Amino acid sequence: MTLTARRVAIFGATSDIAIAFARRCAEAHQRLVLVGRDRAALDRLAADLSVRGAPQVEVQEADFARTAALPAVAEKAWTALGGLDVALIAYGSLPDQARVSADAAEGEAALALNFVSPALLADALAARFEAAKAGTLAVITSVAGDRGRQSNYLYGAAKGGLQKFLEGLRHRLFKANVAVLDVRPGFVATKMTAHLPQSGPLWATPEKVAGDMEAAIAKRGAVLYTPWFWFAIMAIVRTLPRPLFHRSKL
Amino acid sequence: MEPVRRAYRSWGGVLRAEGDGVRPRDPQSAARLLQAPPAAPVIAYGCGRSYGDVALNPGGLLVETRHLDCFLAFDPQTGLLTCEAGVRLADIFAVISRPLPDGSGWMLPVVPGTRFVSVGGAIANDVHGKNDHACGSFGNHVESLELARSDGSRLICSRTEHPGLFCATIGGLGLTGLILSATLRLRKVSGLALESEEIRFGHLDDFFALDAESAEAWEYTAAWVDCLAGGAQLGRGIYLRARHAPGIGAPPPSRETRIAVPFAPPISAVNALSLRAFNAAYLRKLGRTGRKTQIASYEKTFFPLDAIGQWNKLYGPRGFYQFQAVIPPQAAHAGSADLLRAIAEAGQGSMLVVLKRFGSVGSPGLMSFPMPGVTLALDFPNLGNDTLRLLRRLEDIVVAARGRIYPAKDFSMSAATYEKGYPALSAFRHFLDPAMSSAFSRRVGIHPAEAQT
Repeated sequence: MTLTARRVAIFGATSDIAIAFARRCAEAHQRLVLVGRDRAALDRLAADLSVRGAPQVEVQEADFARTAALPAVAEKAWTALGGLDVALIAYGSLPDQARVSADAAEGEAALALNFVSPALLADALAARFEAAKAGTLAVITSVAGDRGRQSNYLYGAAKGGLQKFLEGLRHRLFKANVAVLDVRPGFVATKMTAHLPQSGPLWATPEKVAGDMEAAIAKRGAVLYTPWFWFAIMAIVRTLPRPLFHRSKL
Repeated sequence: MEPVRRAYRSWGGVLRAEGDGVRPRDPQSAARLLQAPPAAPVIAYGCGRSYGDVALNPGGLLVETRHLDCFLAFDPQTGLLTCEAGVRLADIFAVISRPLPDGSGWMLPVVPGTRFVSVGGAIANDVHGKNDHACGSFGNHVESLELARSDGSRLICSRTEHPGLFCATIGGLGLTGLILSATLRLRKVSGLALESEEIRFGHLDDFFALDAESAEAWEYTAAWVDCLAGGAQLGRGIYLRARHAPGIGAPPPSRETRIAVPFAPPISAVNALSLRAFNAAYLRKLGRTGRKTQIASYEKTFFPLDAIGQWNKLYGPRGFYQFQAVIPPQAAHAGSADLLRAIAEAGQGSMLVVLKRFGSVGSPGLMSFPMPGVTLALDFPNLGNDTLRLLRRLEDIVVAARGRIYPAKDFSMSAATYEKGYPALSAFRHFLDPAMSSAFSRRVGIHPAEAQT
């Protein structure tokens, strides 16, 4: 199946993976709703997507940290194009573990942005997809959600919680023929990881991740490790016996 | 935005140096980087395809344009395309040069030998293509550009607005400020595919004869030359001429190379032995007739080197020098013969040697490399002093013939050679942005104060 004339909403549209995905959609002449916090950045992206071939691009400002407003955000995005075929939730943050351990408010904010907010938004969108009895809800989690590790367990817990949430949602939406895709990228060279060197065999580009996402959506997949080798790496990390795991620096 | 220390190398790979780089997310933040007067000199870094040191800046700051990659507008009536400076030519092909049902389409009017360069880099180096005699250089097709300067200004420059700065920025090696975006005038062609002919020739004289005969009817021309041949075979090679084939479309080439050289071999894969074998085989590729005609996508004609990613690694850890010079018409024949003779005698060189005539269209660029004459380009594996000695000899031949050397490919020319080759240098100095400088600009003494020390 190729992507044809779909209506796609992207939440956190100016993240690098979201941009790469939006460009693929635009070049396949799909209609787009871009939701994000920075109006100027959204407008710049919208112009880019129009040149690339998107017949219609709607822009919507939203602050995902304000969880009370999420049902309205979902509603507005849903109606902008008269329904949706694909929704991608792509926002999040990569908190520093030491800082969130030291500052509870910062930890709470990171948990909210990486778990509470995307989970509630996914739920709000799920109700609409369920009623339409079609569509795909894709959410970017992380391989970090597969096992709690000392270096980033708050982030890992948020992403792991989101994975479980999506698992349940997938169960619920199966009857309605709605696909729920849990996208688990490894190291991706994005602005979220700009403080790291971003080079080496484990690092992927946002374009690679976006291409894998497109293929997984077409296949109506459930869980996507991207690039593929993270499936093998995380299988080992998950099954590593605790005495060994505890001695690792992961 | 905090700079991150990374290993930067230019395409030739002779110099690799740790450097501080920033990757602004959008034009606003890129312009802001210049406004807060930077402590160290700044130069823009696009795709890293310049061979020498025009985009290197040890001790300074590199502003990477990779995230200034948005298209801003395209008008399918006029062919005017506005995009940010980090958009690559490969992206323009993929997005804009999609063939219409009748085979026609919008084409970049001038295309260098690789599509993996940024628009900003193409302007700053005023790159040329195989159709220089018909269409001029890249700068001929720039309608306007937006330039951020360290005095905080953001200027739209064109032939009518800030024309001096506009002409200084085309071919200005990034030294007049930071190019944020540009408007290019694309060209409608009746067929995106190319009709091409390859013709074997036996001597440099035949090149000039073929070229004179082809210039009118063939818009794209260039020749491959066997750099090892001397004497009666001096300058032998294969002449390529091509033109658009009306009514026949061609899909855009891929945005990334499908195969790439995974790592550098311990020694250069390009050496005397492999060069001799390759050239002998390549000369025979046209068979007994010595001629081949075909209609195909422009990809192979324009971008033969893009077939293999990271091909520069084949030269091994020591890298390679690239040399390209242009010799004006009155000295073109004798000068190019002198260059080829010096190269054949030294027995150095590489598989890819290109000879081509530049026309008289004339770029608006003050410091542009293309000028009427004949241009010769080739690589030399870095053999240390032997290579530098040969490059010096070639440089002397160019200077004697009143020619000039291409900064984007240079890593060795002297300040005197640069000044002689680019007589507009003193006029250019008025347009320099004090915050901008590169390893190249300091090496060849573009900044007046440094030239005195």
